[in-house]
Amino acid sequence: MSGLDINAITKTFGNFTAVDKVRLNVPHGTFVCLLGPSGCGKTTLLRMIAGLEEPTSGAIVLDGDDITPLPTHKRNLGMVFQSLALFPHLSVGDNIAYALRIRGASKEEQKKRVEELLALIHLPGFADRPVAKLSGGQRQRVAIARALALSPKLFLLDEPLSALDAKLREAMQVELRQLQQRLGITTIVVTHDQREAMTMADLVVVMGHGRILQAAPPIEIYRKPADAFVADFIGITNLLPAEIDSAGRTTILGTAIPGLAMPVGVAKASVSIRPEDVHLGEAGGRAITGQVTFVRDLGGTIETFVEVGGTSIIAVATPRERPNVSVGATVGVTLPPESCVVLGP
Amino acid sequence: MRREAPKSLADYTPLLFPGLMLVVFFVVPFSTMIAVSFFKRNPSGFYTPDFVIDNYARFLTAFFGGVLGFSLLLAVLVAVCCVAIAFPFTYLLTKRPRRVQTLWLVGLLSVLSLSEVIIGFAWSTLFSQTAGITNLFVAIGLMDKPVALLPTFGAVLAGMVYQALPYTILVLYPALVRLDPTLLEAARTLGASPVRAFFNVVTPALRNTIVATLIMVFVFALGSYLLPQILGRPRHWTLSVLITDQAIYQSNMPFAAAMAVFLVLISLALVGLTLLVGRKENAL
Ligand SMILES: Nc1ncnc2c1ncn2[C@@H]1O[C@H](COP(=O)(O)OP(=O)(O)OP(=O)(O)O)[C@@H](O)[C@H]1O
Ligand SMILES: [Mg+2]
Repeated sequence: MSGLDINAITKTFGNFTAVDKVRLNVPHGTFVCLLGPSGCGKTTLLRMIAGLEEPTSGAIVLDGDDITPLPTHKRNLGMVFQSLALFPHLSVGDNIAYALRIRGASKEEQKKRVEELLALIHLPGFADRPVAKLSGGQRQRVAIARALALSPKLFLLDEPLSALDAKLREAMQVELRQLQQRLGITTIVVTHDQREAMTMADLVVVMGHGRILQAAPPIEIYRKPADAFVADFIGITNLLPAEIDSAGRTTILGTAIPGLAMPVGVAKASVSIRPEDVHLGEAGGRAITGQVTFVRDLGGTIETFVEVGGTSIIAVATPRERPNVSVGATVGVTLPPESCVVLGP
Repeated sequence: MRREAPKSLADYTPLLFPGLMLVVFFVVPFSTMIAVSFFKRNPSGFYTPDFVIDNYARFLTAFFGGVLGFSLLLAVLVAVCCVAIAFPFTYLLTKRPRRVQTLWLVGLLSVLSLSEVIIGFAWSTLFSQTAGITNLFVAIGLMDKPVALLPTFGAVLAGMVYQALPYTILVLYPALVRLDPTLLEAARTLGASPVRAFFNVVTPALRNTIVATLIMVFVFALGSYLLPQILGRPRHWTLSVLITDQAIYQSNMPFAAAMAVFLVLISLALVGLTLLVGRKENAL
């Protein structure tokens, strides 16, 4: 089978389990983002795939071959470290050519490949520069080129963009994604940043406490989070309590939401609804009545905080659909049932 | 932090004490020595002030030239051996758990408390025929009968390397601890075996540290005086031994001073050359 198969991999440090029986299938050519809070085991998982950390149990299978017993240097992968780990004593060209030099490639071959890669990362003619004299974004690109020198089967990156400023980071996200699509290389990126994951990934893997909580395409993760943790971690969401009332209707904060069905046999659950799906209007009718406590006008979007019986609901609107609200006003909150995701109790 | 250039004379007062110390304990004695090296020896007494270059001329004979050459060679060998042993050792040590590292470092520090005399006699026992390690080899069947491993050049070298090794490790340790471990991991993901990565990445990244350590051990070994006498033959004696001999037993202060000055100059020249070569390669 083509692609990467992670088979019930576990890593314990003493009696602390950093990665707990993680299973994941990554088809060939997929861009995966590993997402999760600090300390959830993302780096540990990536390092096990790279062979830099030995799994306590489980197996890693690449294109049908079990690579678990292989040492790092025989795995044919490219890795970009958070610190970039460029060799300070080598020039840009020598850094990129390092893998080729190890394989005993001829000088001409090395030179040709370095030029190819420098063109790929938009830094032509940089081969003779010392790495110390590069800017942050340039160093980033050199690290990427170095990792790709041997056209590896697997491309691993651990928070590669975290050292860059916000603007450059966004540009590099797009660039990295385009590069990956052009090369069609299976790529796994660890990140803290859900926007980054949404920008780049084919498959977002959300981790928490050493486990995979959900692995799905970005829009599905966003629209149909598997649980409250994922819903809360990916973007901003409203987590509201839902109940079946005596008449058998589903209610949120005491107001019936026609068309919202609860799973059979569940009387209480929490419901996630994205702020942009929450509509504000006149109080009364079927809407939930609440009071506006705060309005944040960011220019591009307007966030309105509405308090309903002690629970705060955030609604986001664009200036075009500008809701006519002000702090202290009483408004009606409408939750479209098709946008509500019922999560576990 | 912003640094201001000192403006008035008062701003220099913090330098007064170190400056004074340097003058009293270095400039004055060294100048005296240089002066004495041009004095004339007085066979009946000590020396008389004069300006002769006989002392330096005498030094340029084959015998003293040979001793100087041997001293330098020995010091270079000790430095190279020490760094060759200590560098991989310290590197591996930094990969061990914190507690293990501390234990080793404490052990090494305690070796430093041994005086040269104790080290010398311990090794001379260890290398002797009657009580030495060769008896052990005989016991486990590696040798037929015990032999004396001293006085030999090997014994001198072993003793001096042993003496200088703790310093070498303690000097290398901070640099190796601070080395970014991902450099090595990066090399491994690029296809280098751990040993290859060590030579390709760790060694060059720490080249300046290695050069500095080599110089330190070289200078340290140059001053060695007891070990060559305890563990070696007279032809293994260093210039330091001859200087002591001239100064104390032959009462020839001017000649001893001349040798000392010469030794200092040659060492300085070698150290300077090493740094110059290092700088040139860095610029590439
Ligand atoms: N060598 C180690 N020894 C002991 N515990 C470790 C070791 N490496 C990692 N851990 C622990 O394993 C857990 C997961 O660490 P990991 O570095 O994988 O987290 P992460 O998800 O990458 O976090 P971050 O986003 O902060 O980088 C952490 O609680 C960490 O303390
Ligand atoms: Mg991490």
